[in-house]
Amino acid sequence: MSSSQIEIQLIASIVAAACALPGVFLVLRKMSLISDAISHSILPGIVVGFFITQDLNSPLNILLAALTGIVTVILVEFIQKTGLVKEDTAIGLVFPAMFSIGVILIALNANDVHLDIDAVLVGELAFTPFDRMLINGIDLGPKALWIMGVILIVTISLLVTFFKELKISTFDEGLATALGFSPVVIHYGLMSIASVTTVGAFDAVGAILVVALMIAPAATVYLLTDNLKKLLMGSVVVGVFSAIAGYWVAHWLDATIAGAISTVLGIVFLMSYLFAPTRGVLSVLYRKRQQRKEVMLLTFLLHIQNHEEEEERHVNHLNEHINWHEVRAKSVLELATKNNLILIKTGLISLTPKGVDFTKQAIQYITDNERSEIETMKDELFLFRG
Amino acid sequence: MQVFFSYFKLLLEDYTLQIITLGTAILGASCGMLGSFAVLRKQSLLGDAISHAALPGIALAFLLLGTKNSMAILLGALISGLIGTFWIRGMIKNTRLKSDTALGLVLSIFFGVGMLLLTYIQKQPNANQAGLDKYLFGQAATLLISDVWLLGIVTSISFIVLLFFWKELKLLLFDADYTRTLGFNIQFLDILITSFIVLAIVLGLQTVGVVLMSAMLLAPAAAARQWTNKLWVMVLLAATFGAFSGVIGTGISASYSGLSTGPVIVLVASFFVIISFIFSPERGILFKQLRKIKNRKDLKLFKTLSLMYDIAQTHEDISHPHQIAILNNFQGYSTKTLKELEEQKLIRLNGKMWNMTKNGYQKAAQLFNQNTGANE
Repeated sequence: MSSSQIEIQLIASIVAAACALPGVFLVLRKMSLISDAISHSILPGIVVGFFITQDLNSPLNILLAALTGIVTVILVEFIQKTGLVKEDTAIGLVFPAMFSIGVILIALNANDVHLDIDAVLVGELAFTPFDRMLINGIDLGPKALWIMGVILIVTISLLVTFFKELKISTFDEGLATALGFSPVVIHYGLMSIASVTTVGAFDAVGAILVVALMIAPAATVYLLTDNLKKLLMGSVVVGVFSAIAGYWVAHWLDATIAGAISTVLGIVFLMSYLFAPTRGVLSVLYRKRQQRKEVMLLTFLLHIQNHEEEEERHVNHLNEHINWHEVRAKSVLELATKNNLILIKTGLISLTPKGVDFTKQAIQYITDNERSEIETMKDELFLFRG
Repeated sequence: MQVFFSYFKLLLEDYTLQIITLGTAILGASCGMLGSFAVLRKQSLLGDAISHAALPGIALAFLLLGTKNSMAILLGALISGLIGTFWIRGMIKNTRLKSDTALGLVLSIFFGVGMLLLTYIQKQPNANQAGLDKYLFGQAATLLISDVWLLGIVTSISFIVLLFFWKELKLLLFDADYTRTLGFNIQFLDILITSFIVLAIVLGLQTVGVVLMSAMLLAPAAAARQWTNKLWVMVLLAATFGAFSGVIGTGISASYSGLSTGPVIVLVASFFVIISFIFSPERGILFKQLRKIKNRKDLKLFKTLSLMYDIAQTHEDISHPHQIAILNNFQGYSTKTLKELEEQKLIRLNGKMWNMTKNGYQKAAQLFNQNTGANE
């Protein structure tokens, strides 16, 4: 690895970490799309700032662009308040308009602005090591590293200082207000951090992929844990891992680094989406199937208990009486036999004492409307789950 | 202006320009029409996610089929757009992630994959790859007569289907539960309208581009919504706004070199939105504000009138004159309001004195009754 390769990976990791932290709160507060709106709307701010300062990385430019982001948030909220359109439409109207202004400004001044449209979309991570921080002629490393480093440190220190306030206001806004934390201050504080981070990351990863860096790590880890601290740490880990892995994918394909990072983020999220224990899709679907079968078992047991007549209890007539398909009926029967709830003698089904007991308790719980009790009862009585 | 005239002159002569204008007009109309449904169903940002999600499909179609034929590429875009849509639905249904996160994830991740593939394609030793990036911001100049035919056919089909299911779709928009109880298949209607929205988005990619397509869907509909409360009027208006945005936007971007069509069309459409937000008579900000001011003034007048009523009541003859000065410590009155009351023939002014007319007394009594009635 050359030194510039190491620097690129370092910058990518810091950008990823700096994005992941505010991203967690955006996801938890159901404001993920605000990051999309901000990242698009800062473009005119960046372009105008560039006209004034002639330097994409000057602090003034970053401040100006971040201000544009906050103006966007205020504008969106203003439109929402007028009630002229529904909430999501307000976001959808503002950011394309702002982004269009930015793109047109770039196109009209193509000769003066060293920004090209591709860079707006995916950033120029590969070139970041060439823009050096020079003080008195001494090379202190890439500028982007310094800028994002400062943003990351500020974000972390604000997070540590106001952790309690953020936590309470995120999960229980009413309580936070009652305790005297101003929701407005916290809201706009968070928006400002998100805005500044987006502007800082814009150079490296472009307008659209900032969104991936912000919300994908948080969404990935959110399916794995309920603990806010673990969520924050986990998101940073996922972000940094994807940044480094993405760099090598891009290296291998000779393609855009930012695109590769968000592709890796996508794959990591997909893994978590599919395989997360208890919250992943597979386990949710498995649990749904299990519950469906167990409910059918219960209806079946009730049916048997309610009928003395032989024909109602005959194996061959089951699908006529409870309206089940043959396969389904068979699997329910199997489950019941495995759990010693029924006996089948010459095609006739009868409940075992344990089955009678189970059915009675189940009815009790259903009429008492304590559904959660049924789950503990299943745990006690079942040897095999559905 | 000069530019515009020369543009229109050119439009009459130039065949290519006619095709492009026709294409963007049809596109704008179909986007406005279907966008109305997206906006009313609160699916505004779904369009944004779908249009971004189409990018990997475009790149993959080129990579696998090796052709820039717009049919093949649109098919790729359609498939990946639909995959994105269904993934969003799956995420919302099966996990604890909310719709905003699901939309943002699909949008940014699919777009990232698309950009990865695009940059990968650009590095390939294949002379044919140039021009794929027109799908990012759109280039109406690349529309061919076959594309316009495709646009026209799809728009007609979606128009006919909309007409056919008009009643059901209208019901679904405004009361989904009621629609279900009436026995309509909600899921079918839902998938129908969503598929047409996806189709409209995909068709617009060539002209407006992946990044800004959602605005093309939203803006005309949001503008049209301000002028009417009737669905069919809204759909027609949105189609008109959309068509005009398309044509004007294309005209402007064709008059300057180096401008992509997408951003210009979006700005024109946004201009329609701003005008509608401010000037629509019923809901517009301007007239709402004016109404508010008028209401405030009326309220002040009534307050003065009811104070006068209290004073006049103490006297046997209601038209007995009183001094204006005794109204002094009441903030609601000014010479202007008094004059206004006189104009409405509710009071008479005579130098420094005022007295109530019969008319005014009755009106004030009515107000008074209403107020006390409401308090009881």
